[in-house]
Amino acid sequence: MFKIHFKLILISSVYWAAYAQASEDISISAVNLHTRVLAASCAACHGTLGRAVTGSSLERNAVLAGRDPEDFTKKMFGFKDGSRRGTVMHHHAKGLTEAEIKQLALFFSQQKSAEIDPLNPQTLNTHHE
Amino acid sequence: MNKSHFNRRDFIKAAGVIGGLSFSCAVFSMANKPPMGRVVIIGGGYAGTTAAKYIRLWSLGAVEVIVIEKSSQFVSCPMSNLVLGGTRTIHDLTFSYDLVKKNHGVKWVEDEVISINTEVKKVMMKRGEISYDRLIVAPGVDFNYEVLPELKTTEAQQKIPHAWKAGWQTVNLRKQLEAMPDGGVFVMTIPKAPYRCPPGPYERACQVASYFKTNKPSSKVIVLDANAEVISKKGLFLKAWAELYPSIVDYRPDSPIKSVDVASKTISTDFEKIKAHVLNVIPPQTAGKPAKMANLLEPDYPWCEVDFLTYESKTVPYVHIVGDSVASGLPKSAHIATSQARVCASAIVELMKGQSPDPAPVFANTCYSYVDDKQAMHVANVFRYDAPKKIMVPAEGGGVSAKPSQEEGVYAKAWAQNIWADVLT
Ligand SMILES: Cc1cc2nc3c(=O)[nH]c(=O)nc-3n(C[C@H](O)[C@H](O)[C@H](O)COP(=O)(O)OP(=O)(O)OC[C@H]3O[C@@H](n4cnc5c(N)ncnc54)[C@H](O)[C@@H]3O)c2cc1C
Repeated sequence: MFKIHFKLILISSVYWAAYAQASEDISISAVNLHTRVLAASCAACHGTLGRAVTGSSLERNAVLAGRDPEDFTKKMFGFKDGSRRGTVMHHHAKGLTEAEIKQLALFFSQQKSAEIDPLNPQTLNTHHE
Repeated sequence: MNKSHFNRRDFIKAAGVIGGLSFSCAVFSMANKPPMGRVVIIGGGYAGTTAAKYIRLWSLGAVEVIVIEKSSQFVSCPMSNLVLGGTRTIHDLTFSYDLVKKNHGVKWVEDEVISINTEVKKVMMKRGEISYDRLIVAPGVDFNYEVLPELKTTEAQQKIPHAWKAGWQTVNLRKQLEAMPDGGVFVMTIPKAPYRCPPGPYERACQVASYFKTNKPSSKVIVLDANAEVISKKGLFLKAWAELYPSIVDYRPDSPIKSVDVASKTISTDFEKIKAHVLNVIPPQTAGKPAKMANLLEPDYPWCEVDFLTYESKTVPYVHIVGDSVASGLPKSAHIATSQARVCASAIVELMKGQSPDPAPVFANTCYSYVDDKQAMHVANVFRYDAPKKIMVPAEGGGVSAKPSQEEGVYAKAWAQNIWADVLT
């Protein structure tokens, strides 16, 4: 993966430089393809890169960015084998392999946590359908 | 390869021009070719916007992404049933596209696609045209009025809104419910599956019933379902109706509608005629119009067959389809739309680098439904690629809530806030 990363820098250094300034999350491109898509599918409840939006009462459980990988793995294995009670998570953990759970643990532990405010809504335009 | 002809300043300039409404289409045909190629995305809904963001992220900005979206704002269907229940307004569900454009350098064209030429790889809009290296078609669903021609006109839909794309139709339906006298009858109809959001109509019945229970307790909700039974969270919905709304919700399976008399809001099935005070017909659905323009639909099935490793069309090369338009056993949900979009985004970036995509993608789906103003319940599953069958199948261990709860009501709200932030920033 590192190799690809390096090659990409060479072929598109200018693009890369421009975008790198706008995004500090470049490391995610070096993660294996399987995990980057799987981890991103957690975003619906846990936020992009595990950075759940702030202000919800679930925030403590929802933030995965920067989470201790052992804690993550222990909880997910518990949901998987039924020893830990879950509201929703057992329905996910049971469908994942142990290798996937470990990969996710590593991935999220490597993400920096950040304050993410809920998105501000706006008034619907009169010309909208 | 020397890419210095396209520096950061040009990039920002181009993005700035295109960010504005009055762009010139020449920008696209004359601009220098980007380093890894150009992806054009039709539709900035859950699927299209997610694909745009993640292609930019995973290509480190080396793939140029242009989204064509006809609406100026993002209006979320998820949570829009709560507008009917009265605990949200449509303005709580309406968002700007500005942040996702700005944060990821996604180029944006506010225009409607009117035709697509996949031979020469070009998309035609009302005000210009754009060529692509790869195209992603993410237009959501279209309504099939061939079977209900009486509801085709805007005037008919003013009287009998579908409210199945969140927007002013949702507001219209809520106003009709507010204006209805106590003791009135609300009739809603559900088309045969597959349609957008399997549990959505049943959640809607709960939301309207919840509003009636506190405000118009003698009123009725009659649900005419073309399907033989409740097709999602069945036990939970039947229980919710029996326990929370025993005198309000009247669910009738196997009741496809035959015709609608618009003037009198009377609906006919094989067995009966029902006159409604407020009528909500959710029409049968097909893949969105742009999918039809590119001839992506199956001859005898109105959805698009794809390769589930790349979401590339099985019939037209270099054209990918994501979201509700895809033919699959997957539920047509916003969460699935975003998951498909990321598999597609990841694969396109690899293909453009000359590499292979993940041979066995896996993703999750969680879908909440509110049964009243506070309590919700979920269906959750992991889906895995099945290599012999070449489709996505549910992994073991998925399932639904034991019962609706306020705790899950809070989870459902957090789901919405997080998916909005993921898609739109
Ligand atoms: C009442 C209701 C409740 C729902 N609740 C949930 C829920 O709780 N959870 C969940 O996961 N899902 C839910 N859904 C389902 C969810 O809304 C859809 O699955 C999701 O929107 C699909 O995403 P999409 O990108 O395929 O389509 P859309 O989000 O509809 O996006 C398609 C976009 O394409 C644009 N477009 C179409 N044609 C053109 C054209 N010719 N030119 C330019 N632009 C075009 C449209 O303007 C639109 O913005 C609900 C749906 C409804 C109706």
